[in-house]
Parts: sequence; structure tokens; C-alpha cells
Amino acid sequence: MIHENFEAFPAKLETRNLTALYGKVEEINRINLKFPENRVTAIMGPSGCGKSTLIRCLNRIHELTPRAKVQGEVILDGVDIYSSKIDPVAIRRRIGMVFQKPNPFPTMSIYDNAVAGLKLNGVRDKKRLNELAERSLRMAFLWDEVKNDLKKAGTNLSGGQQQRLCIARTLAVQPEVILMDEPCSALDPIATAKIEESIAMLKKNFTIVIVTHNMQQAARISDYTAFMYLGKLEEFGETAKVFEAPKSELTEKYITGKFG
Amino acid sequence: MASKLLRGDTIATIGFAAAALFIIGLLTALAVELFSGSATSISKFGIGFLSGTTWNPDHEVFGALPFIYGTLLTSAIAIVIGLPISIGIAVFISERLNGHLGIGYGLGTLVDLLAAVPSVIYGLWGLLIFAPLLRDYVEIPLNKSLGFFPLFGGTPYATSFFTAGVVLAIMIIPTMTAVSRDVLRAVPNSQREAMYSLGATDWEVTQKSVLPYARSGIFGAFILGLGRAVGETMAVTMVIGNAVRISPNLFTAGYSLSSLIANEFGEATGLYRSSIIEIALILFFIALIVNIFARLLLWRVSRGKTRN
Amino acid sequence: MSILLVVAVVLAVIPLIYILGDVIIRGVPAISLTFLTHLPTGPTFSGGGIANTIAGTFTMVGIATLIAIPIGVGAGIFFSEWSGNKLSTVSSFMNDVLTGFPSMVIGLFVFIILVLTTKHFSAFAGAVALSFIMIPIIGRTTDESLKLVPTTLREASMALGIPRWKTILRVVVSTGKNGLITGIVLAIARATGETSPLLLTAATGTHFITNLFNQPTGSMTILIYQYGTSPYASWQTQAWGTALVLILIMLALNIIVRFGIGRNLSEARMD
Repeated sequence: MIHENFEAFPAKLETRNLTALYGKVEEINRINLKFPENRVTAIMGPSGCGKSTLIRCLNRIHELTPRAKVQGEVILDGVDIYSSKIDPVAIRRRIGMVFQKPNPFPTMSIYDNAVAGLKLNGVRDKKRLNELAERSLRMAFLWDEVKNDLKKAGTNLSGGQQQRLCIARTLAVQPEVILMDEPCSALDPIATAKIEESIAMLKKNFTIVIVTHNMQQAARISDYTAFMYLGKLEEFGETAKVFEAPKSELTEKYITGKFG
Repeated sequence: MASKLLRGDTIATIGFAAAALFIIGLLTALAVELFSGSATSISKFGIGFLSGTTWNPDHEVFGALPFIYGTLLTSAIAIVIGLPISIGIAVFISERLNGHLGIGYGLGTLVDLLAAVPSVIYGLWGLLIFAPLLRDYVEIPLNKSLGFFPLFGGTPYATSFFTAGVVLAIMIIPTMTAVSRDVLRAVPNSQREAMYSLGATDWEVTQKSVLPYARSGIFGAFILGLGRAVGETMAVTMVIGNAVRISPNLFTAGYSLSSLIANEFGEATGLYRSSIIEIALILFFIALIVNIFARLLLWRVSRGKTRN
Repeated sequence: MSILLVVAVVLAVIPLIYILGDVIIRGVPAISLTFLTHLPTGPTFSGGGIANTIAGTFTMVGIATLIAIPIGVGAGIFFSEWSGNKLSTVSSFMNDVLTGFPSMVIGLFVFIILVLTTKHFSAFAGAVALSFIMIPIIGRTTDESLKLVPTTLREASMALGIPRWKTILRVVVSTGKNGLITGIVLAIARATGETSPLLLTAATGTHFITNLFNQPTGSMTILIYQYGTSPYASWQTQAWGTALVLILIMLALNIIVRFGIGRNLSEARMD
């Protein structure tokens, strides 16, 4: 593992010797990574490198798959979220996730989708729900497009709008960290640009981790970049430095397109 | 906070698991009650019950063979008539109507409607209308011309093994067709395309490529149809004639396991009742074995429909 | 060769047309307001009706539905959401075995556990027998409907910090509810047409019942059986009439399924 002043800076979220298995197969091996607060950290690497598995361990979604196992620690504000005293459901309210393919709830309206995380958890205060709905939809750069159609079905929107709705849905729960698993890979360039714009604003208030297979995207929007290969962390550092002067030969090969 | 959230999950898990347990319990309880109810009869007649041909409530002599015979014979007739028709319809809808999906859907709906008709209405129609017709236009002519052949010999009755078999065939065609359609649909297109590219005709593709591939699934459809036929009660009771008899004559009146239960259970007590429960136990086992066999065969087909 | 296929299709469709045709032609003469609202009389008297059997069928199917839905849907949820689990696999297999089971045997079973013990035929016993036939159907259709709900929706809900049981009930079941309701209506249609489970549990009756637990209860299907196998022309006509009413009820149920469910698809609301 090759780092830049790794021990020095504080992190909102970090992993220690994180290992994840599916059955007997190791998908990621002893990952030590830090995610600085209010910054965007990109995780990139070729197909099968384990980046999706890694991000799904950060909000304890990986373990929902049968036969999946996690070892090691994931530390949020100094507390290991895998400790037996911690309730995974509560953790997921602090660490939200946006998925690769937009997945708004098909039986709910745009409004209900946006506040689903609140309504389904018992929040009834209409005023509060309305406030949070508007605020999250604004932060996701979607409010202007849907403000007159809030009662319409969530699935009536375009792909890009649906993904922004999912972002709004995540924001409404007021998490501290937002995980994004290749959020733009199913979208066209214009929709992608809108989401990248919103990410740039969001990092002011949230810590963002984004998995991407698009190197240009990583270079555009992230402050820090981690490069993974075959389940191991190959390199981690400030984005500019990783792209201009990679420390690892593998990283350099990947960046220059020698393998995908 | 953590414990409150987990408690909801725990209660829900237990609730759903309890429902699943109920089903296991139901099947088990079914077996247990049938066994205990037939205990008297089993201890009296032993294994001879299965081969006994006498059914005499007055002298308390009971044997199951005529009813096993009737159930199997009528089911066999139903399969022989119904299976080719079902496969034919399935092939027609799945392989030939590719360009005309609307007709295929309409046809499929029509066949499904057959399944929706209650058994007792099949029985009513069978008894009052179809049976006399079968006797006059099928049984009597066949009996006159081919009566030397045991199957068609004897005196033709309107309510007979044959009539019951034909009515059963109509009743099980929807099931076998639906399953066959699913099976044929599951055959990958690459199989067909490979044959077509070798210059095969439509029929050759069906016969040499699709049907062989779907063999075990179609066998499953047949077993499933058999399962339905074996358990069918009302329609059979109304058209089989209810005569205790083992005979190779298809056109004579007979009896089936389920018909016996339907007809005679009301007045039965003591050993009589216990013997009828043993009849139900035999039916239970036949249905169980047939159903399990069918499920195992079709397991591969249904696997394709599970979670994406 | 294709001609044989067409023959097959024709052979299957003809009986359907024939049966439905006969039910309509022979049943219509029996239908009248008297028929639908009066109680049965002897075969040589006019003015008899099937009112109590209509009530009996509705009552028993209604109670059976109330019993079957929680157990059937609950089991179906377990099969779908805990599908790797051993209990789930075993129970699901047994559930499928039960769906094709001879309903006469089920009727006999309920006779032994309810009628012999309480020494009465009853509407309740009839309803229980019907519910045992409905539960496996609902279990299977629920399982299949929920399995069609994409995994990513479950993950999205869990990722919002929504507990699993709420995810199942408010997201998964909600998304799959059309399939669920279709399955339930299909089971209701099936139960409405069943006869043999009622033979030994509810038996027959000629009056409206006043007690669910100790009176034999008449039903439309049993009446068709009784009257159809009797030697009386007047009763046979009434059997056809009852058959027509039964078919119309089942047609109505089928229409509800096909058109009522479709309309719900476009509604996006949260309960």
C-alpha cells in the first residue's frame, strides 16, 4: 500500500484491515483506507477489483447478501460500526447510499420517494416532511423540475432525474456520509454533468465516497483517489498527485489505459 | 434504540416463519390423522388390503384393488387422450404463433378458462349430457365393431371408466398445457436457431430439437396432470358409474378411490369407516409420490423464473 | 403436420364452448327472482330456490379467505425473503405438493379433526377445509410475486436505515401487491367452485344458518351435486341454474382480477 502522509490527517470514516468474503472467496483483502471529512474520495479500479464490495461494506449492506462475511473494522467518528453493540439500521441512517441503477420506489410519488426514509420510519410531522422534501430536492438539483409534479409517480421521470431523486431520498435522512456506487454509469453525459455538479456542492456538508470506473470523472470531481486491484488497495492519495505522479506501476498502467 | 428496532424484526421473522411451519404441520397432521384413522383396518387386513377385491360393508370384508384399478385406469385414459392434445396446443402457441402473439394469448386464456370450470359442473355436464353422447356415438359403435377386443367388449354404459377418463382428460388439459408452454418457452432460442440454420423445417425443428430438449419438463407436465387426475373427485364420481368391479372393459361402470370416499363415508362407522380412511391414505400416498416426482422434474423449469 | 396441431387446439376448445353453452341454455330457464331468494322445496313443488346455498357459499368462502390470507401471505413472504433458509425450502416444497392435493382427502381430514370432535357438521368446518385448499395457492402466488420485486429496491430501503420488517411490508409487498391480490382472488375463485371438501364438513342444508359451529350448511356446489344426480327433472334444471350462477360469480372474480388490478398500477400513493 502506498500512501501520502496517511497517518497524519483525521478522517470521518476509515477502514482497518477490512476483508470481505463471499462464501470462501475473498473479495477484498485487508483494506486500510481513510475518507476525509467534507471531501470527495473516489475509488477506482478495473472490473472485479472489489470496489463495489468495499463500498457496500461501509454501510453494512454487503452482509445482507446470503453467505457474505465481513472481517476487520470500519470506524465512523471513532466507533467501529461492526461492533456488536451497534445497530446496523441506525448506522445506515448516518451513512447513505446511491446505487448504480436509479431505484426509486415504484409505488410512490416523487414526494413520497423523497421522504421515504423519514415516513417509513415514523415521521409524521407534515411541516417537517415538506421542509425536508424541498431542501433535499433542491440539494439534488431536482426541485425546479418537479416542484409542480410532486404527486406524480417517481418512475415517470427520466433516468437522470430518477437518480437525482434517489440522491434527494438519501439526503432527506440527513446522513453524514454519502456513498455512491457508480451513480452515473447508467446515465447520459448531460445527466452525468448535473449530478457531478451537485456532488461538488454536496461535499460542503457531507463526506462523499464515490466508486467509479470512469477515470476522467474521478479526476474531475474527487479530492482523494484510491486505486484498487484484485481486492487489494494499490494506491491512495490526493487526486492530482495520484494522476500526475502515481507511485505504483500498476496505477500508472491503469491510468494510461494499458488495461481496463 | 437498537433493541427497539431489532424487536420489530424478530417478531416479524417469527411470524412469517410460523406461517411456513404451519404448512409443514398441516401436511404432517394430515398424514398422522390418516394413519391413526386407518389403524383398525390396517391391523385387520394388513397388506392384503391392497390386493383385496371384495368390498362388502355387510360382511365387513374390505379390499382396495378395484378402486386403485379404477383410479389408475381412468387416469391413464385421461393422460393418453390429454397429453398429446396438451403438447399439441403448447407447441402451437409457443412455436407456431410467434408472429401472432394476440391469438396465442387469447388461446392461452381459453385453455385457462377450462381450468376455472368447477369440477362439479364438469360432473353435471358429463352425467346429463356427455355420457349418453359418448355411449351412443363412441362406445356402442366401437363395441359393435371391435367388441372382441377386451378393451371394447362387454356392455357399454353411459357412466363408465371411459367416460370418466375422457372427462378427466378435458379437465387436466389446461394444467398440462400451461406447464408445457412454460417448458417450451424455457428452451433457449439458440437451440432452434441452430437447427433452422441447418435447413430444417418447422416440424423438424420442433421434433428434433425443441421437444427433446424439453423432454424432462414435458414429462413433469405429464406427471402433474396425472396428479390432478388421480385426486379428482366430483366429476369422476358423477360419471364413473360407482360399481365395484375390476374389468378390462373400458365401457363398463367402475369406481375410483376418491369416489368411494365421497359416496360411502357418510354412513360408515367402526371398521367400515377405518377402511375408507385407509383408502384415503392410499390416495394420499399416490398423490404425494406423484406430486413430489412432478415437482422434482419441474424444479429446473421453475428455477428460471426466480429472483433477478 | 401443423394440421394436427390445429386439431389439438380445436379438440380442447370445443368442450369449453359446449359446457358453457349448455350451462347457459339449460340454466337460464331456472333463473328467476324466486330462484335466487327462496329456500329449497321438494322436487314436486314449485317456487323452490337456492337462497340459503348462495349465502352458505359466500359465508364459508369468506371465512376461509380470512383464515387463508394471513397464513398464505405470511408463508409466501417467508419463502421469498428467507429463500436460502432450510425451513423455507422444506416448507415451500411441501406447499407445492399441497397445491395439487386431492381435495377429498383434505375434506376427510377436517372431518376427523373438527366434525368428529364437535359431533356437528358446520359452516366453520367447511370454511377450514376450504382454507386448507386456499393457503398453498396463496403461498405460492405470493412467493412468485415477491420474487419479481428487484433486489435493488430492498437494498435501497435498507440503505435508508429502514428496518427489515418495514422494508418487507412497506416496500416489497407494496411493490408486489398486484400479484398478491391476483393470487388471492384466484384462490377465492377456486374455493368457490370446490365441492368435495364440503361433503363431509358442512354437508347439506335447506335453511339459512343461525350458527356457524353446529349446523350443517348448504352450498351451491353441493346442491349442484345433489340435484344433478337426482332423478327429478325439476331438480336437474335447478342444478343447471345454480351452475350458471356459480359460473357468473367466477366470471365476475376473473374480471376483477384482469381489470381491477390493472388500474391500480398507475396509482402512486403511500398508505
